[in-house]
Amino acid sequence: MTKLTSIRTIAALAFAGSIALGGAVTADENAELVINGELALVTKTAAPDHLKDSLDEIYSGWVYRETDTQAMQMDDFDNPGMVFVDLGMDAWNKVEGTENKSCASCHNDPAESMKGVRATYPKWNEAAGELRTVEGQVNHCRTKNMGAEPYKYVSGDMANMVAMIAVQSRGMPVNVAIDGPVKAAWEQGKEIYYTRTGVLDLSCASCHEQNYGNYIRADHLSQGQINGFPAYRLKDARLHQVQDRFWGCIRDVRGEPYDRGSPEFTALELYVASRGNGLSVEGASVRN
Amino acid sequence: MKLALITAAAFVTAGAAFAGEIAPKDVVMTEGAVEASLTGVAGNAAEGGKVMANRAQGNCVACHEVSSLKAAFQGNVGPSLDGAGSRWSEAQLRGMLVNPKMTFEGTVMPAFYKVDGYTRPGDGYTGKAATEITPVLTAQQIEDVVAFLAALKE
Ligand code: HEC
Ligand code: HEC
Repeated sequence: MTKLTSIRTIAALAFAGSIALGGAVTADENAELVINGELALVTKTAAPDHLKDSLDEIYSGWVYRETDTQAMQMDDFDNPGMVFVDLGMDAWNKVEGTENKSCASCHNDPAESMKGVRATYPKWNEAAGELRTVEGQVNHCRTKNMGAEPYKYVSGDMANMVAMIAVQSRGMPVNVAIDGPVKAAWEQGKEIYYTRTGVLDLSCASCHEQNYGNYIRADHLSQGQINGFPAYRLKDARLHQVQDRFWGCIRDVRGEPYDRGSPEFTALELYVASRGNGLSVEGASVRN
Repeated sequence: MKLALITAAAFVTAGAAFAGEIAPKDVVMTEGAVEASLTGVAGNAAEGGKVMANRAQGNCVACHEVSSLKAAFQGNVGPSLDGAGSRWSEAQLRGMLVNPKMTFEGTVMPAFYKVDGYTRPGDGYTGKAATEITPVLTAQQIEDVVAFLAALKE
C-alpha cells in the first residue's frame, strides 16, 4: 500500500512527465498563450496564499488542451467564441424594456466601463447585501434599470453578454475578494468543493486537485479553473457559462447538482474563482 | 448479452436482490475483504472484461490501464491493473469493488456495490435527485469482474 501511495505521489509530482506519458497529442508544458501575437496571458503562476497548503502552482485549463485547440484561442479570427462576443456587443447596444434604455445608455463603451468586471466577480453588492455573479448583475440591470425581462441564467443571450463583458478584462489577473462580507459564502463554496458528491462519490478536489495532469478516459484533467469562462466547447460548439460547467461535472459523478444561479453554486463560483487568483482572464476561451 | 440486459433491467425495477444474492447492506467485510461470493454463481471473466470497458457499467478503464482489454483511451488516475490477480486474493478484490475505501483510505475509486452514505446522489446521469439508489454494478457483475481480475496474473 505504501508502494501504491508513493507511485501515485510521484505521478502527481511528475506533472510535466504525465502530460507526455498520456500518449495523446498534447501541447508542450512551456507553451505560451499570446493572443493575436500581442497580448501575453498568464496561464501558470504561483498559487494564491489561501491555497498554498494544497497547491504550489496554478494552471489555466488552456495548458491541458491539445496543440490545435490551444492554437484556436491564440487568434481571434480562429476562436469560434468570438462570434458570440460580437452578438453580445449587439445586445449591449439594443434598447429594450419599459425604460427605453440599452446597456450602453448607462455604461457607454464597455471597453472602459466593463474593464475589470470579469476579474473581480463574483462580488459583494453592498446595496442589495448579496454576492453577485456577472450573470446576476446583468439580470439586475435588465430588470431594475431597463424594465426588461431577465435572461434565463444559462442561455445563449446570457452567454453572449458575459462573453462580451469577459473580453474587456482579457489579460487582467483574476482577483476576487475572499474576506469581509463574502467570507461566509467563500467558506460555503470551499465546503462544496471538497465534499464528495454523487453515487461515484467524488469531490471537485478528487479530480481537479488530486489528479490534474492525469487522464480520466480520454479527458486530460485540468485544475478546473474558471479564468477562461465563458468557454467555447468544441464538443457541442457553444459557449458554456461557469455554473453550467459545474452542473455538468456533478451530473457526471451521478450526483444531483445545485441549480444554476443558486446561492450554493454562486458560493462555489466565488471559491473556484479565488483558486485562480493570479491567472489571466481568458474568456472566451476554447476548450474540448 | 440480450438476456443479461433484461436481467439488469429487472434488477433495477425490482430494487431488491435476487433470492440467494447478498444485498449491498448485508455484505460482510473483514479488513476490506469479502470472502463470500455475492451470488453463489461462479464469475464469468469474459463478461467481467466487458463490464470493465463499458462506460455505462464499470468504466474501470476511465481510471485504470488493463493491457488485455480492448478499450480506447484508458486512464491513469489509478494504477495499472495488470497483475492484480497476483497481488490480491479474490476476497480482497471483491471487497475493493464493493467498497474500496475500506482497503484504501480516502481513495477516489468509487464503490460499486453500496447504496447508502452518499451526498446528493443522482438518478443515473440525469442530474435529477435519485429516488432510489441502486448499486453501480449488480452482484453478478461484481462476481464477473472479480473473475476477470483474479485471472490477471503477473
Ligand atoms: C470525475 C472527475 C471530475 C469531477 C469530480 C469534477 N470534474 Fe470538473 N472536469 C472534469 C473533466 C474531465 C473536465 C474536462 C477537462 C478539464 O478541463 O479538466 C472538467 C472540466 C472542468 C472545468 C473547465 C476548466 C476549463 O479550463 O475549461 C471546470 C471549471 C470544472 N471542471 C470545475 C469542476 C468543479 C467546480 C467540480 C465540483 C463541483 C468538478 N469540476 C468536478 C472532471 C471532473
Ligand atoms: C475514479 C477512478 C477509479 C475508478 C473509476 C476505478 N478505480 Fe480502481 N483504483 C483507483 C485508484 C486511485 C486506486 C489506487 C488506490 C488508492 O491508493 O487510492 C485503485 C485501485 C484499484 C485496485 C488495486 C490496484 C492494484 O492493482 O494493486 C483494483 C484491483 C481496482 N482499483 C479495480 C478497479 C475496478 C475493477 C474498477 C471498475 C469496476 C475500478 N477499479 C474503477 C481509481 C479508480
